[in-house]
Amino acid sequence: MDKAKYKDVYVFIEQREGIIQSVSLELLGKAVELAAKHGEKVCALLLGDNIQGLANDCIAHGADKVIVVDSPHLKYYMTEPYTQALYQIGEKFEPGIILIGATTIGRDLGPRLSARLATGLTADCTALEMSEEGNLMMTRPAFGGNMMATIVCKEHRPQMSTVRPGVMYATARNESRKGEIINFLPVFDSSKFRVRLLETVKEERNLVDITEANILVSGGRGVGDAEGFGKLREFAQTIGAEVSSSRALVDAGIVTHNRQVGQTGKTVRPDLYFALGISGAIQHLAGMEESDYIIAINKDKYAPIFQSSDLGIVGDVKKIVPLLTERLKR
Amino acid sequence: MKIIVCIKQVPDTTEIKLDPVTGTMIREGVPSIMNPDDKGGLELALRLKDEFGAEITVITMGPLKAEAIIREAFAMGADKAILLTDRKFAGADTLATSNTLAGALRTLDFDLIITGRQAIDGDTAQVGPQIAEHLDLPQITYVENVKYDGKKTLSVKKATEEGYQILEVETPCVLTVLSSANKSRYMSVRGIVEAFNKDINIWGFEQINVNEKKLGLGGSPTRVAKSFTRGAKAAGQLHEVEPNEAVEIIVNKLKEKYIIR
Repeated sequence: MDKAKYKDVYVFIEQREGIIQSVSLELLGKAVELAAKHGEKVCALLLGDNIQGLANDCIAHGADKVIVVDSPHLKYYMTEPYTQALYQIGEKFEPGIILIGATTIGRDLGPRLSARLATGLTADCTALEMSEEGNLMMTRPAFGGNMMATIVCKEHRPQMSTVRPGVMYATARNESRKGEIINFLPVFDSSKFRVRLLETVKEERNLVDITEANILVSGGRGVGDAEGFGKLREFAQTIGAEVSSSRALVDAGIVTHNRQVGQTGKTVRPDLYFALGISGAIQHLAGMEESDYIIAINKDKYAPIFQSSDLGIVGDVKKIVPLLTERLKR
Repeated sequence: MKIIVCIKQVPDTTEIKLDPVTGTMIREGVPSIMNPDDKGGLELALRLKDEFGAEITVITMGPLKAEAIIREAFAMGADKAILLTDRKFAGADTLATSNTLAGALRTLDFDLIITGRQAIDGDTAQVGPQIAEHLDLPQITYVENVKYDGKKTLSVKKATEEGYQILEVETPCVLTVLSSANKSRYMSVRGIVEAFNKDINIWGFEQINVNEKKLGLGGSPTRVAKSFTRGAKAAGQLHEVEPNEAVEIIVNKLKEKYIIR
């Protein structure tokens, strides 16, 4: 393979019902930094049906080029039509790097596309860096967050990576940026479209996105039961926060999975994170330690959470939280 | 219906601790288990077997000691097993692993291939979709539940960030399943007894249908450049005080951060 032909940093723009997902803007922000290292360009891959209008948003957030694939086959995400379109872009445009958000869509698409392109894919990266030689250094947690590994894909192109939402920073919108818009129409083989979407259901309980919250009140095993978590909700309301939790309360059926913080849940980076009754297993820390300020309350003064917190209180969450709510309501 | 379930033996990552002095991972004494999502996948297969009748084959790539999870799968109700073990398979990344598994699957008859969504040692969620691509089969990932019409059509519930989708697909296809989908059954006493009498087919490179160049370390586009443990950040202040005083400390901090007035 002639690696030199493959260049520029491509970002898959994930849109759902015409709304660009925040992770894609975060990836554009990172792509700007990666591309600058060797004077490369940032290219957004915008797929969907009637999505031309979003191309300028991609440019305003850092894209130099936007490849638009506008087709009724791409109205909503389905594995095969999206893979066909991106595979053909890969063959024609020869990207050096393709970045994809590690969402349920990106984690379905990424491996399928990488296998078709016969290249490597590194999942759920938390740090990306461009080496002097032009290799993407992709760092990700392994062994349940106990270790970090930096992965390279030296001999194959494109270099592909999925990145968790909330890890990279989007650059501020700049309307004066200029970019090129390229329309691309792939040849679809619809005989391979073998999965049919019958129904998409949004559940009310799932509509909150904890990665967007400025303040999170997060509960763990020490909260006890559903009633205990109710006290956390009440506290969260008084300060305009969202609630989240460690895995323990999700396993116990008290909190839904979409509010889980950690290795198998979401990565959050709020301004303020309350870790209440959370011991601080490494799997949990992996999802919240980048928070700007962490306040922890735990009965066990040796709990590992105190190693990662800015303000630690040794005490019983069940006693302190109701008092705190009462005090704030005064 | 013939169902193949791909399973993997993994260290129980929730049991791994870091050495407080050196910061390295303590692997000793960490139990090896059947990957939870794979177990969820096996349970899904067993439920289809209960309702419609099915022959379930489990397949795993790993060292000979992976026999332990195969015996467990037998005890839960799997019928046949293949253990892929060969030095040529070693050092594989996800792509090379999927090539190995696909090479074995090509030689088998099946209606449905089930994998776990992801394994807890790597959390990549890549091998299932990569297998589907190599075999040119449709895939559905993040599967929570399946309804089968008894003939060819599966109606599949897929979890998303916002809720779920119902998708329809004909067999043969690949599903990647969440552990939270179904509570796995316990091994039955009869199952445990039988589990130790069943044969495990041990296959090496000669038994599978794939180009050797696509396997193992040599067939892996990605390499680990370095690995390290994450350093803990410096701990902040710690207060061991009465609840009322704790409340005041927190309230003052909230004021300092302009969260309350």
